[in-house]
Amino acid sequence: MKASDRDLRGMKDDEFVDILEERRCSSDLGHAFRTFNPQPYKGGPPCSAADLNKALLDSHFLHRVVKEVAMETGSSQEKVMEEAGEILVEMSHNLHLPFIRLMGYTFSKVIKRLFTSIFVNMDGLNTLQQAVQENPVILMPNHRSYVDFLIISYILFTYDIPVPVIAAGVPLAEMKIVGEILRRSGAFFIRRSIGSDKLYWAVLSEYVRGIVRHGFAPVEFYVEGLRSRTLKSLTPKLGMMQMVLEPYFKGEVFDITLVPISISYDRVLEESLLARELLGVPKPKESTAGLLKASRVLQEDYGSMQVNFGQPLSVRKLCEGKINRSYYNLVPRDLPMKPSAEALACVSWLAHVVVGLQERGSLISPWSLMACLLIQEPTTVLAEQGLLWDDLTEKTLWLRKMVLDFGARLNWPGEAPNSAVMSSAISLHRSIVYLKAGRVYLTQEEVPLRRHRISPEEGVFRTAVPVLMLAAYRNQSLHALVRPAMLAMSICITRSTQRDELFRFFCFLQEVFANEFIFIPGNLSQDFEEACLCLNSCGAVYISEQEVRVSEQSSEVITFLQKLLQPFIDSYQLIFRCVCEEEQVQVFTEKQFLAAVRALALKLILSGELHTYETLSSDTQKNVLSALCRLEAVAKLRTSEINEFKVNKAAVRRITDALCGKIPPQMLQAPPDARL
Amino acid sequence: CVICGNAWRHEVMKWNGWGYSDSRFLFNKKGQAEFTGKRYKLSGMILPALKDWFEGTFGASLQHKSPATPLLNTSAVQAPTLNQDFVEELKSIGVPFSHEAEDRAFRGHGHCLHEIFALREGKIGRVPDMVVWPNCHNDVEKIVALACKHNVCLIPYGGGTSVSSALECPPEETRSIVSLDTSQMNRILWIDEKNLTAHVEAGIIGQDLERLLNESGYCTGHEPDSMEFSSLGGWVSTRASGMKKNIYGNIEDLVVHIKMVTPQGVIEKSCQGPRMSTGPDIHHFILGSEGTLGVVTEVTMKIRPVPEYQKYGSVVFPNFEQGVACLREVAKQRCAPASIRLMDNEQFMFGHALKPQVSSIFTSFLDGLKKFYITKFKGFDPSRLCVATLLFEGNREKVLQHEKQVYDIAAKFGGLAAGEDNGQRGYMLTFVIAYLRDLGMDYYVIAESFETSVPWDRVLDVCRNVKARVVRECKDKGVQFSPLSSCRVTQTYDAGACVYFYFAFNYRGLSDPVHVYEQVEHAAREEILANGGSLSHHHGVGKLRKEWMRETVSEVGVGMLQSVKDYVDPKNIFGNRNLL
Repeated sequence: MKASDRDLRGMKDDEFVDILEERRCSSDLGHAFRTFNPQPYKGGPPCSAADLNKALLDSHFLHRVVKEVAMETGSSQEKVMEEAGEILVEMSHNLHLPFIRLMGYTFSKVIKRLFTSIFVNMDGLNTLQQAVQENPVILMPNHRSYVDFLIISYILFTYDIPVPVIAAGVPLAEMKIVGEILRRSGAFFIRRSIGSDKLYWAVLSEYVRGIVRHGFAPVEFYVEGLRSRTLKSLTPKLGMMQMVLEPYFKGEVFDITLVPISISYDRVLEESLLARELLGVPKPKESTAGLLKASRVLQEDYGSMQVNFGQPLSVRKLCEGKINRSYYNLVPRDLPMKPSAEALACVSWLAHVVVGLQERGSLISPWSLMACLLIQEPTTVLAEQGLLWDDLTEKTLWLRKMVLDFGARLNWPGEAPNSAVMSSAISLHRSIVYLKAGRVYLTQEEVPLRRHRISPEEGVFRTAVPVLMLAAYRNQSLHALVRPAMLAMSICITRSTQRDELFRFFCFLQEVFANEFIFIPGNLSQDFEEACLCLNSCGAVYISEQEVRVSEQSSEVITFLQKLLQPFIDSYQLIFRCVCEEEQVQVFTEKQFLAAVRALALKLILSGELHTYETLSSDTQKNVLSALCRLEAVAKLRTSEINEFKVNKAAVRRITDALCGKIPPQMLQAPPDARL
Repeated sequence: CVICGNAWRHEVMKWNGWGYSDSRFLFNKKGQAEFTGKRYKLSGMILPALKDWFEGTFGASLQHKSPATPLLNTSAVQAPTLNQDFVEELKSIGVPFSHEAEDRAFRGHGHCLHEIFALREGKIGRVPDMVVWPNCHNDVEKIVALACKHNVCLIPYGGGTSVSSALECPPEETRSIVSLDTSQMNRILWIDEKNLTAHVEAGIIGQDLERLLNESGYCTGHEPDSMEFSSLGGWVSTRASGMKKNIYGNIEDLVVHIKMVTPQGVIEKSCQGPRMSTGPDIHHFILGSEGTLGVVTEVTMKIRPVPEYQKYGSVVFPNFEQGVACLREVAKQRCAPASIRLMDNEQFMFGHALKPQVSSIFTSFLDGLKKFYITKFKGFDPSRLCVATLLFEGNREKVLQHEKQVYDIAAKFGGLAAGEDNGQRGYMLTFVIAYLRDLGMDYYVIAESFETSVPWDRVLDVCRNVKARVVRECKDKGVQFSPLSSCRVTQTYDAGACVYFYFAFNYRGLSDPVHVYEQVEHAAREEILANGGSLSHHHGVGKLRKEWMRETVSEVGVGMLQSVKDYVDPKNIFGNRNLL
């Protein structure tokens, strides 16, 4: 491959290898029974899963907590200890090589059917192989599909690297047979809502710490906590992160290695299910029967999947100067202790850093670029007149050049002509759009024959499904575009060229949209700088010490980027309006809030006033609510049993006005900690 | 006394390395290591395994030499800044003094790596402007009074074995600096057999004190590794710790009475009561004052009858973790022998490299058998196992009983008794190991040791993390070869242990090896503190570790010490600027 081709594919110098290629030409059984002899962790003698459990139950830490709990609840210590044992039984993994083999065999069969290829970066695997010998390793993939769940184990098994233990939700454990298979493949199970259950926290945290401390196996967990329904990164959850890091903070291990892993899909198995869930159809409970029923998804083609193992990160290096480990010097090692504020900030920062790296490691597919463009077309046009294929392809190539200028990683097949790449993307996604007579149309579910007509509301939901799917694929590119897009939006709204004024608005946008887009805390200036450089690199702006000035000839870039964020602005503004609208209502529950927003959005979409369907997404709605809480315009009432919220309408109006440029934004929060 | 005459002390001792001039390691023409001289058990012996260990561990080669400047270039020593009035009055009281370059350079340093490295390169920094040799307490009183009168800076000098930059002359000092060498104050003034105490002048060197007391059937039992050269006054002013502290106690447990001359006058207690409740113990202002408050002139110390029986021993453990667990249990049962030390695997290997040529086929056969038994039969991993050395002392019957108790505990932690020889060699090595650094420095290898004390529950963490930190820092700072990073647990207490670290690396390819070494040592200390270790167990603070005093003893703590200094020595006559 020529260097320039490489650049166009945007895969840089990493050697991506299709691991399915070998699976297609040699026996899966042979693969499953391959000699598995990974280089172990050098930091300590090997131990078994049973040893780990025993060490936990014998630990001073647990005994202290058991004593406390017994005192508080008035039951006997033996009883509480028994309870702890039961929690452990529910939680603990039982990593077992024969089951890894069985899993490997089944997995080979399934993924070969689903995917045409699975690309893995070999240098990432090589560095990982070294890293697992040196320090306890935490594997941190993003979570976009249930397929993510065992793929890492599968790859590591194939390349002779110790297979990880994986944090999973308890519902998975409750699935018949499958739960047990997962357990023996290394999954351990965590309850969804632990709340203030002290004993549970104690068992869980000590369990996780024990694995890290002994270097038993790499620990894999999703720092986003959940599978992202929008294919966008989620605000990282910190509980698990804190547990895996604590052994480093306490000096029980020399260092911990974090490995961000970016998994990207050409097409996500659960795409339509996710869109429906966002529109309010609840998620089916995980069950084995459900899994079998879902087997019809196996009949379809999902293109390729890319797994990019990021550079291992040394927690020690990252935490240098951020954390004072002598915090723990004056108390016994095994005393249950709240981490210092400094440690919590550091955990949060690290989690954000990892999510940022997951994003940067993701490969953007041609389809995602097309989705960015398609979703900017008015929905009625897309549904009825269609979009000219030639226009779309031309713009996609333009966008490709732009994201490459922005430094994104792209997965653009180099071998085929560009037009073939794009039309195959369309045909892979025929559940969303289809190509007919040189035009691209939105795919809509056929109306069942026995029903004559559907209501306008139903019509909206029918259209919303493919639109939200489209939005999700657009989101796969957002991480590469969001910073310059925010700058573009700042330019459009403030109509200023002054750098500091733009920066102020840029910060305000980051603050308002902190639940939508993940930014590393304390990184504002770098983000802004990056945005300026991006826009400058594609010739959209000139930058100087004081100014950022739009160049006349490429307003196209600014317009595109502004339109990229417009749905978010529109949705937020509409929801702000909804919160302020009803005169008397000051207090509402989340349920009432969601219903009111949905009703208003539906009404305005039908009247043609609201142009985006994304307001209908429960994800957006919930994000706005937590943004309002974060910005202290809405307060969560602690007293009530059900979650109730009290709104400060004046504050909401201030944000509304600032967001449309009527008033200058104030910094809503204290300036970020300088150390972070 | 043999070595402490004033003018010729440095004829017996190296001016730019450790210990006696006649005792040194070298690689002979055949490339075999040998130890010269006649003073030690190892003297005159060939150490066949050392070369391979040395080259293998450090990537060093006998071809690449970095020899030291052989002779002190007296012209490199700055001309003395003399305070003429002080000198004149000193002459009138008849105390011997010198401003010869050699005498001054000899007393301008301790034994930190950077100090010795500079000397080997022939670089001499600020050194004292003159040396005085008081003969007794009264002489000291007179000298201190003169120093106050003429505003001269005094730096007390005992054995010169400091490893905390305590003897370095502050470069910012503009006054005349006078080194007050206590070596002539080396008499045992009396022995009190009823109370079992001895009243001794503070300049006496450890080995002389023991030898002289032994002649009367007594000992102090205070045996720091430096006891061949370090002085009683030095022990008091650094809070020294001896190998056999489990029986005899550390220096603060051993002293009954201290006399110190300060600019404000003499400080001492009025009686020799074994314990007093008279406010804070004034001895504790003196112990560890590191020459900042005055000169310790006379000390009354506890003495004990020479023990009837001594027995060495050693135990091999499958890994360091088990070894530490065993030491912890021994401490818990309060049955620690006179000394118990646990070496890690690296030091175990090192110890093997120092085995002298075996004299008979039978011994080498026996060694082979032992190795086979431990690694093959018992399944110990040679790259993990470690060894504890033991020293028992006392009445023969009790020693044997005690020995059994300790070995029984060791067995519970997988320990196997490994013989008296290994134990004895282990202790002998502590005296010759300092000589080895000089050998390393002849071949581009620099080395240093440092210590800490740490609660039991953090011993393993400190050992692991500090060793790993040293390795990582060396790599980050551009050291081309992997370093030796090793530790041992050298003392046990009820609530913790003392840990000693060694690190050494081959500095070929580095433009400023001493700076790299200082950065590594600094990082290692930060690591110790972050893991709950102390700033120092017995080496003291000096100027090397001053920067951490505030975080170690708190703001108020520093203020307390400062206010004592301000009262006792308002003109900063004792201006070595240690500690604060």
